[in-house]
This record gives sequence, structure tokens and C-alpha cells, in this order.
Amino acid sequence: MSDHTGMVEKRGVGLWLTHLGLIIGVLFIFFPIWLAFVASTVTQPEIVRPPMPLLPGDQFFENYGRALTSGINAPVALMLFNSLVMAMGIALGKIAISLLSAFAIVYFRFPLRKTFFWLIFLTLMLPVEVRIVPTYEVIANFGMLNSYQGLILPLVASATATFLFRQFFMTVPDELAEAARVDGAKPMRFFVDILLPMSRTNIAALFVILFIYGWNQYLWPLLITTDPEMNTIVMGIKQMFPSGDDTADWPVIMATSILAMVPPVLVVVGMQRLFVRGLVESEK
Amino acid sequence: MATVTLRNVKKSFGKTDVIHGVDIDIADGEFIVIVGPSGCGKSTLLRMVAGLETITSGEVQIDGKVVNTIEPMERDIAMVFQNYALYPHMSVFDNMAYGLKIAKVPKSEIADRVATAAKLLQLEPYLQRKPRELSGGQRQRVAMGRAIVRKPAVFLFDEPLSNLDAKLRVQMRLEIKALQRELGVTALYVTHDQVEAMTLADRMVVMNGGVADQIGKPLDVYADPQTAFVAGFIGSPPTNFLDGGLVPGLSNGVTLGIRPEHIQMGDPGRLSAHVAYTEALGAETLIHCRLTDGSQLTARQDASVPIPAEGQSIGITWEDGHAMTFDANGRRL
Repeated sequence: MSDHTGMVEKRGVGLWLTHLGLIIGVLFIFFPIWLAFVASTVTQPEIVRPPMPLLPGDQFFENYGRALTSGINAPVALMLFNSLVMAMGIALGKIAISLLSAFAIVYFRFPLRKTFFWLIFLTLMLPVEVRIVPTYEVIANFGMLNSYQGLILPLVASATATFLFRQFFMTVPDELAEAARVDGAKPMRFFVDILLPMSRTNIAALFVILFIYGWNQYLWPLLITTDPEMNTIVMGIKQMFPSGDDTADWPVIMATSILAMVPPVLVVVGMQRLFVRGLVESEK
Repeated sequence: MATVTLRNVKKSFGKTDVIHGVDIDIADGEFIVIVGPSGCGKSTLLRMVAGLETITSGEVQIDGKVVNTIEPMERDIAMVFQNYALYPHMSVFDNMAYGLKIAKVPKSEIADRVATAAKLLQLEPYLQRKPRELSGGQRQRVAMGRAIVRKPAVFLFDEPLSNLDAKLRVQMRLEIKALQRELGVTALYVTHDQVEAMTLADRMVVMNGGVADQIGKPLDVYADPQTAFVAGFIGSPPTNFLDGGLVPGLSNGVTLGIRPEHIQMGDPGRLSAHVAYTEALGAETLIHCRLTDGSQLTARQDASVPIPAEGQSIGITWEDGHAMTFDANGRRL
């Protein structure tokens, strides 16, 4: 490595100790996931009989196939699809709405502009869990139980994202908006042609965060989806647990858990470069 | 190609008046420079012509048409901003073409016009680059290119050279002047730099505290300033101001202004002074003197004239024709 002054550099024993520490940390975190993976590749009796197996068995295709196509209450493939629709809907919906509201707050002068901003900001204090009962009532009255709209709409407004875009828009020089005006761009044209492309790294970073947020929703889908066909995967795992004296089909449950982890990981890995850029640098 | 007329234009932000009524008549193809210190309202005035700022009262006409409530795009103007205001995610070509695309100019014509402008500004090799890959001078050219391709009736420049280094500024100044002559477009140029004002302007407008103190050809303004402010602002080092009470033949309350190059030294003079310090600049020498009452005075002399020693007592004089007198309000008498 280069010898940059100002960079803390460890040599010899210190370097090995650091790596050892990191490796132990990674193993510690990764171990339960490994166990879940092992459990998803063996048979039910092998899991129940101590000691627990620590190496993968030969039931991989069998178990995953069973999970994807039939599952326990509903096929996991369907639950994955439901989760995907919900996560995409929430992420894209949140981004679209926050972009537009931030645009309105920053670039237009209308009465009570500040008030509206603070009202939006105030909703940060009201996460889903706090308003879940009234929200349920509203959604039920709209007849949106067991529907994608019901899963997505209550979660689509976002104060955080609005605030983030507002901060970004405020760093865009006023001269740019004026230049666009002189060029003849109407407000929405300016928004689409200039602001959107300039925000693309921010949008990407936010998409990653919001996708995972949407994917990991548990309480809300649990409340409003009673039909197993509409279950999302994160809550679906819980629904697979046996009640009473039934035996749990652990290999299938574990396969489902592993499958539930894959899409967020793919999104993070796939968009890592954009994500980091969006967090650290503002392109101007 | 168009005339621009300002009729008693005023601007207030809330209760603060920033422009107190400005009248200017700009002929077709004329290069007008608005110059003044920070906060004198010169940029606000330009932005009102551009349509980026509302006009509180008065009238702005472009080519005889009142444009007070017309959107910037429909005023047939193009503006070059201080920070260039290039769209960072667009290539140089797209930056220049954006206004034309919005105006729905056919693609082939856009390509033609951008190519012509790029050739004029020596930007051809950079058309596919992003603004951040260009130097300051090149960005400045792109900003001008964006103005040129529109073929506007009026060019508006808002301190376009203030972000460039000194050498580049001189070069771009010449280019802007040459370009404006070649295209024959009416231009309004705002700056706080009196050298830019003197060199670029066909006529200059000296603004002071929201009022146009004087409008005229640069050399006329220099030779014959109408207010003490103009006399002090235009010219470097600035005009010397002496209290009338000091000078034989003048009364109290009147101020006498003499440009540094009009001061002659040698005994006996009208006033006596001693040399405080001298600055030899090569081609010329500045001699800072202190009068008996403590007031300062700067004289400028040719380098060929011997430099007086610091501390030496000398007599100061001037020709009557070079003396400018101002009343208590700074008006020329």
C-alpha cells in the first residue's frame, strides 16, 4: 500500500490482529445465516436430531423447489413477487412524491410554504407503528385490504426523502434555474431536464434504502393481508411457523428465509457504486 | 438587433428601494456597460431587463415593445451568468442546444447553429465534453455560445469575467468585444471593474446607490465626471479631493477634484506638501503627498521624471482647466 501521511497504518502484529478481529466479527455475524443455509439443504429429521449439521446436505433443489412452488400457506415465489411489488411500489412512490414535494417547496413561492414544509417534517414523528390503527381503518374503508394498493399507499409518503431532496435542491445554484428560464424551460421542463438528471445519484442511494425499507415491512402487511395469496415474504416466514402441535417444516422455512434475503442483497450489491457516490458526493 | 429603453425604472424589495428611477436609451448594436460598486443595483437592473426580476414601476422596452410582464424567453434576450450556469450533466453541445430544443428548432438547424458558434468560439474539440472537464475560460466560452446560438436581439452579461484569473480576463474581454462587433448585437454588460467598463463600452452607465449618476462615452465620463462619486470611482488611482477652504479662491463647502496625472510638482506651488512615500510602477511613478492640514494627495508622473525623496517638501500646482469643483452634495459645479 502507499505510504500516505495522515493515514493510520498498522504494521506486523497489529495488522494481523486487526484482520483477525474483523474475520471473527464476520464469522460471528455470518454464522446464523450459514446455519440457515445448511438447514435449508438437509431433511427435516437431520435438523431435529442433535447435533445440528454444520455442512450442507444434498436436499438443496428438493427443498428450494418445494418452497418456491408450494411453500406452506402460499408458494414462496408468489410471496417473493408480492414483496417485490410492495418494495418497488414503496421505493418508487416515495421517490416520486418526495421529489415533487421538494421541488414545490424549494422552487415555488406559495402561501404557507414554510408551514407545509414543517407539517411534512412533523410527520417524521409519526411512523407507521404509531398511526397503524387509524391507517388500518382508512384502508379498510377504502376496501383496500388484501391488495397491493393497501400494502403500498400508506407507506408511500416520506418526510425523510422530501427533506433530503429539499437539501439537495437548495445546493443547486439559483443561476441554473434562471438560465433554464432564459432558455425558455417551463418549471416542469426544468424539473425533468435539469433537476432529475442532477439528482440521479441521490435517487439511486435513496432507492437502495427505501427498497430495503419496503422489503422489510412486517407489521403493516401482517395487519392488512389475511389472504395467504397476498402475504409478503418477510411476514410470510412468520406465518409458516406451526401453531399448536403441528411440526414445523424447517428445511422449507429456512429455504424461504434465505430466499427472502436474496433480493435486498442483490439490490445493494448491484447499486453499491451509485449508492456510495450518492452518499458522499454531490455532482455539480 | 434591437433598441432597449428604460423609462423611470424602479425596484423595491418590500419596503427597501434599491433602484430609484433609471432612464436609459440604448441604440441598436450599442455596447452599454453598467458599472458601479457592490450593492448599487446594477445587477438588479440587468435582471429586470432579462425578466428574472419583476419591475416595481416604470417601463422596459425592447425594440419599442414594452416587456414588463413578458417571460425572459419571449424577450428575445440571452444572458451570460457570472458562474456560467452551465447544466452540469449535459455535454457542451447539449448545453448550447438546450434553448433551441425547447423552442422546437429543427435538429439539422440546431446542429448548424451550434457548429457555427463552436467554430466562432474555438470550442469544436470540446463539444462532447461535460462542463466539469473544461477550464474556466472554456466554460465561459460555452456560456457565450449558449447565448449566441439563440440569435437574440440583446445580449446581457452579468459580471461574466469575475471568476477568471487576471490574464484570462484581459483575453476574454477582447474576445467579447470582438464578438459583439462581429455579430452587431445590442449588449448590456454589468461589471464592478472600471477597466472592463472603460475598454468595452460604447457608452457606460455609472450607478451609485440605485441611481444612474452619469451616462456617456467612457472617455467623456473620465474627462468630465458629473458627480464626485463618478470622479472617484472611475480612474485608478482615484481622483484627489481637496476641501475648498484649503485652496485660495475657493469657498468652504466646495470640494475640489484633481486627477493624479494633472498634479504638477515644483516650487512654488499653489499648496505646499511633503512627500509621504512613493511607488515606482515602472512606466510611471505614484507620489503620495501629505498636505499641511494632514489630507492626502496622490500624483502620477512619468518614470522619466526624477522621483522626489520621501520627506521632501514640495509645492503642488495644477492647471485651472483640470480642476473640477463639486458642491456639498457632490454635484459638479
